[in-house]
This record gives sequence, structure tokens and C-alpha cells, in this order.
Amino acid sequence: MSSLFWETVYLTFKLATVTTVLLIIFGIPTAYFLSKSQSRWKPFFEALISMPIVLPPTVIGFYLLLLFSPETILGSWLQESLNIELAFTFTGLVIGSIIYSFPFMVNPIQSGLQNLPPNLAEASYTLGKGRFETLWKVLLPNIKPSILTGFILSFAHTIGEFGVVLMIGGNIPGQTRVASIAIYDEVESLNYSLANKYSLLLFLFSFVVLVFIYSYNRRLNTFSPK
Amino acid sequence: MNRYLSIHIKKELHTAEGRFPLSVQLDIEKGEFVALTGPSGSGKTTLLRLIAGLTKSDQGQILFNDTVWSDHSKQQFLPPQKRSIGFVFQDYALFPNMTVQQNLTFALDKSAPSSEVENIIEMIDLTALANRFPHQLSGGQQQRVALARALVRKPKILLLDEPLSALDTAMRERLQDDLKRLHEDYKLTTILVTHNEKEIFKLADRAIVLETGKIIDKGNPEDILSKKGIFATIQKMEIDGKNVKLTCQRNGDLLTLILPNKMAEKYQVGEVIFIN
Repeated sequence: MSSLFWETVYLTFKLATVTTVLLIIFGIPTAYFLSKSQSRWKPFFEALISMPIVLPPTVIGFYLLLLFSPETILGSWLQESLNIELAFTFTGLVIGSIIYSFPFMVNPIQSGLQNLPPNLAEASYTLGKGRFETLWKVLLPNIKPSILTGFILSFAHTIGEFGVVLMIGGNIPGQTRVASIAIYDEVESLNYSLANKYSLLLFLFSFVVLVFIYSYNRRLNTFSPK
Repeated sequence: MNRYLSIHIKKELHTAEGRFPLSVQLDIEKGEFVALTGPSGSGKTTLLRLIAGLTKSDQGQILFNDTVWSDHSKQQFLPPQKRSIGFVFQDYALFPNMTVQQNLTFALDKSAPSSEVENIIEMIDLTALANRFPHQLSGGQQQRVALARALVRKPKILLLDEPLSALDTAMRERLQDDLKRLHEDYKLTTILVTHNEKEIFKLADRAIVLETGKIIDKGNPEDILSKKGIFATIQKMEIDGKNVKLTCQRNGDLLTLILPNKMAEKYQVGEVIFIN
């Protein structure tokens, strides 16, 4: 198989890995604050985070493209002051993917935290532990299935994304050409055999990941109390 | 009276019986064992949570040994982490991801030696269970671990929220003995929320009866319990024309009450009521 094929596969997994790691870092605090929040602004933030679930990806891609463009204030500031270019670059793809997959990380973790009995955190506070230690040692270890679900969904969702990537990344080999774009591109050029290789790889990968997550969750559920 | 723990607070309560203020003036002596009792929804658990700092009051103050734990008028509030309390929850609240030993070690202050955990494990007789997870324990065993965990930090005040209510009689008696022994050995100031009269008799130096947010009676357990009022748990409710027949249980004895429909409306099976 050509080096272009492997380059595309590598880029696809690199994008998904970088995005998922950053999502864990941003998603856990966001989910924690939403699960604790009693603010009347909470529904506003929840709706904003969940928008990528209901919007066509092209809408998000379109606005990100406008935002990243050197013709906007943000785009020109990024380019001139920080020398960061986001449209049609890998960094831009990572930012787009984070926004696009954010609800898939935040929602399962938030609902996991909300379903824990409130007195677990309270017991920890009465034992002299602060919020961070309580989150890290008591709450998160007890919602492992939710974290795993968020992790896998975000990873798989990033691998499978198409519209956002196409709008803000285009199809630059080695920089922004990921597998889902490559499939479309190969089919357009009537190169069905290569399109099939990409598709089969994505299919098998996704299947193995899902089998893993379901069996792991089953094991967790068997051994942990209900 | 010594003012070791001094509680003078008001807090608006929203319960099944409606909204009413919890308004309590209570001073507790050092080493005292106080039983807090009264019907469901009278504010007992809220009072315990206010002392622990898990709930904030609307008015008034809580002082411990002249330290301000909370003072609404001065906007002072000491978080639960900084209050020297041990809290045992009704449903234990053990951390499911940790073994018994880890639950206890987690509670230990970083500066304290780990031998403290060993001492508690021995004292509460948990050696055989040390490596088990909470879901591998019976209710009584979980409650002993919860008690041990609350004691690891050597708190000055022990708060027990109906810790024995979910246990069978034999286990209940064993834990009552444990509590009695601990209290005699360590003279730990203890506040116990309970519906069980036997428990009050056996353990408490003083009983406080709370009803719709107010202390309606306090004194030594014998005086309180010998007055005409008793607590009973509703076992069965049967509609009989315009009346409802309530079968209630009180320490193993059954008694029957006939109430007009209107009065019985607010009760449900499993609820503890005060009969006078």
C-alpha cells in the first residue's frame, strides 16, 4: 500500500488522539462544574455544548472557517501577533474537532457525576478533603464507565468526522487529509479499491473498539456495587 | 451548663409537610451523648447537616468551644473540612472504589501516622474485613466501617444520622454496644438521630424531641419517654369508609389508630409518627 495511504491513516489517528487527550483535560472540569452548578445560566451552557449533536457539521465548519479566516479580527490577530494559522492546518482541525466532539466527552461524564449519591462527596468533605482531592480520588474512580464512554465516543467521533474537517481542513495530504475525506476523494476519482481499504480499516477499528468498551463495561458492572 | 457546642440557628425547611422554619437553640456539653428524635420531616437531619457545615443556615450561629463555625450576621462560615467532626450517614456513604483499609486510610490526615488506621481497625474489630470492598460487606459491617472511618481523624464531635435504622435487631444491638463502649472509653461528644426508644434509653444522656422544626421537649431520656407521647412506625394503612385504619409498630408491639381521612392524608406507610 502506498505511503499516502499510511500517511492518511497516521494523520487520522493522530488527530483523534490529540483531540481526545485535550478533551479529557477540558471535558472533566467542564462536566464537574456543570454537575455542581445551580446557576440559572446552566441550561444556556448545556445547550451551547450540545449544539454539535444537532447541527449539521457543515454549519460548525462554516462558522469556524469564517472565524479562522485572516479577514476576521480573531483570525488576523492570531496570524499577525502569534503567527498561528488555523484555516487549512492541523492545529485548526484539532480545535474544530474539540468543539465538534465536546458534548460526547462532557455529557457522559456529567451524567455519571450527577448519578453518584451526593453523600459520597459530602462524606469526603467531612473527612477533611477538599474539592479537588474528592473529585480525583472519590468521584472520578467511581464513574470509570462514564469516562471510558466519553473517551471512546470522542475518539470514534473524531475519526468519523467529515463535514467539519472538509470545511476547515480541506484535503491536504499529510496535513489535513484524514481517512473519511480520503474515502470521499477516492470515490470521486472512481478509485473504489483504495476507498474500500480506508473504509474497511475504519470499520474494523470501530468494531474492535466497541467490542472492547462493551466487554469492559460489562466487567465493571459485574464487579462494582449497584 | 458548659457551652462546648452552642447552636442557635434558623433555617427554612421544605418538606412533604410544607414549609416551616427550623428554629433551634441548643447547648451541648463536652462528652455528652445527645439523642435527637421526632417524627420524619421534623428537621433532625438538617440540624445535623447544619452542625457539620453541609448545609448553611439562614440566621444565627454555631459556636464550638468559642470558635465560630458559622455566623450568619457576620457572613462567617467554616467549611466541613475545617470542623472537627465525624459524620456517619444513614446509608453509610462508603467509597465503593476503595477497600475497607483504603476507606480508612483516605480519612487519615496526611500528618498522622498510619498506625492510627490499624488501631481503629482493631478497636472496631475489622481486621478480617480490611481487604474487602464495601459491596462485599453486609449492612452491619458497612456501618461499622462507616463508624470507624468517622473516628479515624479523632473528631471532637461525632454526628450519627440514623446509622442503625436499616439493620436487623441483632446487628442493631451489637452496634449499640459498640457505640456505648466507644462513648464510655473516649467520652466523645455525640449527637445521634434516632427513632428507636431503646436506643435512646441505652445510649443517651439527654434526649431532644424535635417537631416541625422546634424543640418541643428535652431532658433525660426516661422523663421524655415516659410522658404520654410515643413514636411508632406506620406498617399498614387501610381505608374504612370515612376513616383510615393505621396499624403502627412500636418496638415490636402493634397498635391500631383510627383517623378521619383528612387527617390521615399526610401520612404514608413506613413513616414514623408521634402519638400523644
